[in-house]
Amino acid sequence: MSTEFHRPSDIQLGRIAFRKRQAIRSVLLAALSTAVLGTLLGVLVTSAPGWDRVKESFFDWGNATEFLPQILEGLWLNIRMLVFCAFAALALGLLVAVLRTLRGPVFFPVRAIATLYTYSFRGLPLIIVIYLFAFGVPGLRLQGTPSVTVLGGAAIVITYGAYLAEVFRAGIESVHPSQIAAARSLGLTYRQSMRHVVLPQAVRRVAPPLLNDTVALQKDVGLISLAGPIDAIRAAQIGVAQNANFTPYVIAGVLFVLLALPLIGITDWATLRAARRQNAGT
Amino acid sequence: MDAADEIVPVLACQDVRKTFGSSVVLDGLTLDVGEHEVVALIGASGSGKSTLLRCVNLLAEIDDGTVRLDGEDITDPKADADLVRRKIGLVFQSYNLFPHMTVLDNITLAPIKVHGRPGAEAKAQAMEWLQRVGLADKAGSYPDRLSGGQQQRVAIVRALVNSPRLLLLDEVTSALDPELVGEVLTMIRDLKSDGMTMVLATHEMGFARQVADRVAFLDAGRVLEQGPPAQVLGDPVEARTRQFLARIIEAGRL
Ligand SMILES: Nc1ncnc2c1ncn2[C@@H]1O[C@H](COP(=O)(O)OP(=O)(O)OP(=O)(O)O)[C@@H](O)[C@H]1O
Ligand SMILES: [Mg+2]
Repeated sequence: MSTEFHRPSDIQLGRIAFRKRQAIRSVLLAALSTAVLGTLLGVLVTSAPGWDRVKESFFDWGNATEFLPQILEGLWLNIRMLVFCAFAALALGLLVAVLRTLRGPVFFPVRAIATLYTYSFRGLPLIIVIYLFAFGVPGLRLQGTPSVTVLGGAAIVITYGAYLAEVFRAGIESVHPSQIAAARSLGLTYRQSMRHVVLPQAVRRVAPPLLNDTVALQKDVGLISLAGPIDAIRAAQIGVAQNANFTPYVIAGVLFVLLALPLIGITDWATLRAARRQNAGT
Repeated sequence: MDAADEIVPVLACQDVRKTFGSSVVLDGLTLDVGEHEVVALIGASGSGKSTLLRCVNLLAEIDDGTVRLDGEDITDPKADADLVRRKIGLVFQSYNLFPHMTVLDNITLAPIKVHGRPGAEAKAQAMEWLQRVGLADKAGSYPDRLSGGQQQRVAIVRALVNSPRLLLLDEVTSALDPELVGEVLTMIRDLKSDGMTMVLATHEMGFARQVADRVAFLDAGRVLEQGPPAQVLGDPVEARTRQFLARIIEAGRL
């Protein structure tokens, strides 16, 4: 190709120079407006009449350092719960979604149960499920009842499994029937077509919404504090009650946001990549 | 040809009927295809060429009649459709390659998963075929990086590596410009000299004339007229066939 030897015409050089000036101008404008707005907000907040009291009860250094170790210890429980619940809910969701696609009279009951499950657990508030599992189940005094933490985790997995199942199902249905026809025409069985052709495409397509639901799950893992185990939120609550100061809640909140950041970043990246792929098209 | 066909044909469609709701697409269609024979299906758009190929591959269920493969009734509900499909290759008009797999993986999927062949052997065979059709350098590419003609050749190879008894080709050139048509045409002519039994639906009369042993004209859900390409395309007996060909000549496709 001759691109290496191409000398841009005067018109093109003019365009390039113009675009460069425009780019510098917009960077300067953005910096200026950010500085103005930032200063304005800072002055407004710190000069507000109640600022000193707000600072004292929400951002108190003493309280922060006093309870940080306990909150961090509690957060470790949240992290373990998160990892376990995310994988379990994804597996459950995928299983239920595949069950819902089965055809034929033999699978009618399986299909019916899977459908009933996704309908009911998407409508049911997570808190009710946690209460029923964590307080209701031990109340039955059955032998071998697992700990409250496990029961709370199960409540989260079952609730989120219903959401994720619907996301997976949308993905499965978005794969064009001609792909299944191609797979079957090669002699692949229904299961093999699902496994090698439909599911890989479906999962790729719904990766962004799946990750987004995982971010939501990450926050809701904190709800098991309602059932008693000492996670980050519970530890913060104890601290708040002890000194009548809300700083521990703020600390726990910040920690949750920090924990979510990597996953949110991955979600944005995956969404962007999916959008680019679609635009590239065929 | 008449004499040779008296022996058990590879494919025998007998009084096949196929309806979609109230519209009857195939209505008592009868067609035999002998060993090593290449039959071209021609007919107006919507005359049921694709439908017939899908019925033969059991992707669509017929409403009456029988389809036999080597004398065995494959439309019997007791027949194992997956087993039948292993013996029949189908190439779609729209390629239908798997977009999430490389060219090589597209081709080796069925040999490995369906026919239980060792991975290395399947790969070597796939590479051999790709070499033959001039696409060896594309083995690691994803389908969306290939031109239409390249995708179509990959789709044909994907069907061929399973050594099908019968190869069905659905308008494999209609999405391609004339230059790419040449690539695919050459490939099909090579297959013919290998002795592959083929049924191909096409709108390209030149294509039908060059590769087919027999041309079958579909009209109103049945084979209205069939015979050697020179006769059916050059001197048709039926008025409907003459009309159809006249329209094609008008459109400049003969
Ligand atoms: N799944 C379906 N549901 C309803 N009608 C269908 C379906 N598939 C095909 N048809 C109808 O069957 C008729 C024959 O279609 P078919 O695709 O077999 O025609 P064709 O001869 O292959 O046409 P073309 O040359 O345009 O490819 C058409 O009228 C079409 O609308
Ligand atoms: Mg067609």
